[in-house]
Amino acid sequence: MTNHWVDLKNADVVMINGSNAAENHPASMTWINKAKDERNAKVIVVDPRFTRSASQADLYVPIRSGTDIPFFGGMMKYLIDKDLYHKEYVLHYTNAATLLDPGFKGPADLDGLFSGFVDPDGDGFGVYDRGTWKYQADAQGNPLRDETLQNPNCVFQVLKRHYDRYTLEKVSRITGCPQDKLEAAYKMYGSTGAPDKTGTILYAMGQTQHTVGSQNVRALSMVQLLLGNVGRPGGGVNALRGESNVQGSTDQGVLAHLVTGYVGIPTAGNNPTLAAYIEKETPKTSYWANKPKFLISMLKAWWGDHATAANDFAYAYLPKVESPAHHYWISLFQDMYAGKIQGLWLMGQNPAVSGPNSRLEREALKKLKWMVCQELVDTETCSFWRAPGEKPVDIQTEVFILPAADAMEKAGSIVTSGRLIQWRPKVAEAPGEALPDDQILNLIALKLKELYAADAGPFPDPILHLNWNYGKTLDVEKVAREMNGYAVDDVKDPKGEILVKKGETLKGFAVLQDNGTTACGTWIYAGYFAPADDGTGTIMPATKRRGQKDPGGLGMYPFWAFAWPANRRIIYNRASADPSGKPWAEDKKLIWWDEAQKKWVGYDVPDFVATKAPTDPGGKDPFIMRVDGKGGLFAALNEGPFPEHYEPVETPVEKNPFSSRMHNPVVKVWKTDEGKNIGDNWGKRKDFPIVATTYRVVEHWQAGGMSRWLEWLTECQPEMFIEMSKELAREKGIQNGDQVKIRSARGEIQAVALVTARYKPFQVEGKTVHQIGMPWHFGWGGLAKGAIANDLTPHVGDGNTTIPEYKAFLVDVKKA
Amino acid sequence: MNVTRRNFLKFSGITAGSVLLPAGMAASAEKIRGFPLHKPIKESATICPYCSCGCGLLIATGPDGHIINAEGDPDNPQNRGALDPKSISVRQLSQSPLRLKKPLYRAAGSDKFVEKDWNWMITEVAKRIKTTRDATFQKTNDKGVTVNRTPGYAFLGGAANNNEECYLASKLNRALGVVYLEHQARI
Repeated sequence: MTNHWVDLKNADVVMINGSNAAENHPASMTWINKAKDERNAKVIVVDPRFTRSASQADLYVPIRSGTDIPFFGGMMKYLIDKDLYHKEYVLHYTNAATLLDPGFKGPADLDGLFSGFVDPDGDGFGVYDRGTWKYQADAQGNPLRDETLQNPNCVFQVLKRHYDRYTLEKVSRITGCPQDKLEAAYKMYGSTGAPDKTGTILYAMGQTQHTVGSQNVRALSMVQLLLGNVGRPGGGVNALRGESNVQGSTDQGVLAHLVTGYVGIPTAGNNPTLAAYIEKETPKTSYWANKPKFLISMLKAWWGDHATAANDFAYAYLPKVESPAHHYWISLFQDMYAGKIQGLWLMGQNPAVSGPNSRLEREALKKLKWMVCQELVDTETCSFWRAPGEKPVDIQTEVFILPAADAMEKAGSIVTSGRLIQWRPKVAEAPGEALPDDQILNLIALKLKELYAADAGPFPDPILHLNWNYGKTLDVEKVAREMNGYAVDDVKDPKGEILVKKGETLKGFAVLQDNGTTACGTWIYAGYFAPADDGTGTIMPATKRRGQKDPGGLGMYPFWAFAWPANRRIIYNRASADPSGKPWAEDKKLIWWDEAQKKWVGYDVPDFVATKAPTDPGGKDPFIMRVDGKGGLFAALNEGPFPEHYEPVETPVEKNPFSSRMHNPVVKVWKTDEGKNIGDNWGKRKDFPIVATTYRVVEHWQAGGMSRWLEWLTECQPEMFIEMSKELAREKGIQNGDQVKIRSARGEIQAVALVTARYKPFQVEGKTVHQIGMPWHFGWGGLAKGAIANDLTPHVGDGNTTIPEYKAFLVDVKKA
Repeated sequence: MNVTRRNFLKFSGITAGSVLLPAGMAASAEKIRGFPLHKPIKESATICPYCSCGCGLLIATGPDGHIINAEGDPDNPQNRGALDPKSISVRQLSQSPLRLKKPLYRAAGSDKFVEKDWNWMITEVAKRIKTTRDATFQKTNDKGVTVNRTPGYAFLGGAANNNEECYLASKLNRALGVVYLEHQARI
């Protein structure tokens, strides 16, 4: 989230797209209802299903799963045609005025493609050469702008032409949403383009789990920029993250393309040396210009005295990948299935239930020599070798189950969706011999050091030299301090003045150095464990604070815990003030320029150089992580710089009305063992005419390890079900409560039919299209048992992140 | 005096206990002062482990350190005391008889788990990691560029773990050269 939970109370319109916040992020409704009660805010829910969130909405807009880009594209056209966009914001804070290379062409000219598409084998899938996706620049390299927004090559005009094709009539036909509902939503949300109003968009996996997931998020971000809603109270682009600490696990770089703090993993091709990494990966402008300081401080934290200027701070100790994408989830399981991976080490994850095409992924587990599970309960993954129908004698995987303590039984911090890092003390004893995961990691690390000291093996240095001194029983506060950062030596400014004394804990990332004098495990967390005032004069590690002060009354609570980065509660908050530095609205006053003090002041930490005046160069550029400081109405992803509609890989329609290009041209569609019982099989609409999606319910949690083994939650929601409309049930002769079979090209499962009015058939391109939904929490283990929804889902992912297309695939149903 | 639950706790001079008492009894704090509690109760504030709202929880534990009650923390700005059915269930999550209590090992081809001690498990796990790393380690790629990587095993997980645990997982696995490093965020 660019903003945070409590800030929802400052919104004038809340639009929820692809999220069932009332059920899956229940605390959000506290603040949404407060906005309704106190500001007369309106709520719009856009979803294929009339969810519990929809039941709280002023306006419910049903759209077929997989048609968010038409919905948002139509909205952008409406905002421009009806002149509802926030003109001053768009002109000054986005790249609307920037001129594009005249060679850049888009789908309107190239039948669904952007300029530069390369399709080596002619199968319709390929990659882009981005040569023309760029700004025009002057001799010094500064982008050219047209402040009148009239130049046909300026971003605003190119965007306008791009979405001119997204007419209400066309959008209605492809989404299956009646025109009057679309128009009502566009008008209601368009009201937040008024300079004194803000609207927030909440989204979750309903946006991301598509082959166009990243472009869905791009599209809603562009709407927010056009309406001037980013960087302001009650606004923002707000991802409702799916797990208690998935924001934090991502921040720590437990992902193939990252190390910590969103610094990229080095590639062999571009970054064989530290010098090459710094040269290729460091932009000259934006805050990322400091990237070498972040990386080198992390290397110092990891390898301590063994990371020196002489050995490039142990840069050689980091693995180099050919392409990070080779190691993403779907590729990982494909490689495991192919027998290329010997071992799997899991810390609290249940892929036997949660992975796409989970029959294939469970089959892949059988190819492992060994598997280690740090777990609370005996999940389906722990016991995949004795799944129903399996013969354990044929499965040669050794399995090591390490009983883990739960969140109440250990200390440490987690981050909310709103980037707020809150500390959890140990409040209860773990059962039996269960140990916290950090203790387990510590024991394994210490044992590995011992084994490598006794028998070196290839290149043992990164392990032998690893800075790992947390005690025999790990002291988690030592880990926290390392992540926060400390001065290895006196840290001096260019004049030689000491900024931080050797050994001190760092208060923020502004003091990080690229000369080895600072160590910092996760740069964006700098300050979270530093001593700080809780607003009453009591000093404690910032993340442990419980201060109640709320200057300004906007719900920022700057003395409660610590929000990354730099305790900033709303990021890009320069945009909360107008170009001259005055707040856009008195009741949404967050930070402003104080001419007397010559600095930015207010109720939040300015996301800006505090002394940079609005009249200074760059004084009107709020988006400090972007090279030009402007919000990216034009910004490149793998599929192109503007979201364009492509159908899901399994689609119920015959034709894409926007072009002859049916599918996202940059995705990888896997075809391993196609045609076999277990394999990457693809369904056609004649065999599988119904759109299916997976979802969650409030009573269960993810793959079930923390809920299906508990009596109370089992009683609330005892078994797997498949939700369908009354119309579909009638067509198929199914009654509520009947057992039904649901089949995709990849598998078949059985469950109870839940026949509701929450789904209605869609009229898509003149034909009736049914959609069904099912929770993906269930498996054969635990107390609340049921079929695994992911036995039906496909191995195809988004064109950028490769998140699986769980939210739109094809099935058929029949009475069992 | 207007007695709220929180100032009642301060006033009565007991850390908690009252969380288990019927609501009507909370109004007469003076009487309760001498009321013989069956066991001392400790109350601690923490954060819910389910969704990403970060709701505050107040956890009451008995002398054995086991949870006897969970309720919303009214001081936490995220939820101001409100909770959902999962949050309340942290008591059962901690107390469930189905929780794993001992390290378990399943040999290749076996049809059962057997209990093992931690020392044996940690040693054997570390040996598997080392054997696989050493057997599959790549010092250079086919172009001769130094890559120092371990393609032989994968690490998954962490979205329900604490930041510090995720950090240690990232640090340790990257130091071992791991490239298949993924978790829930990808899916």
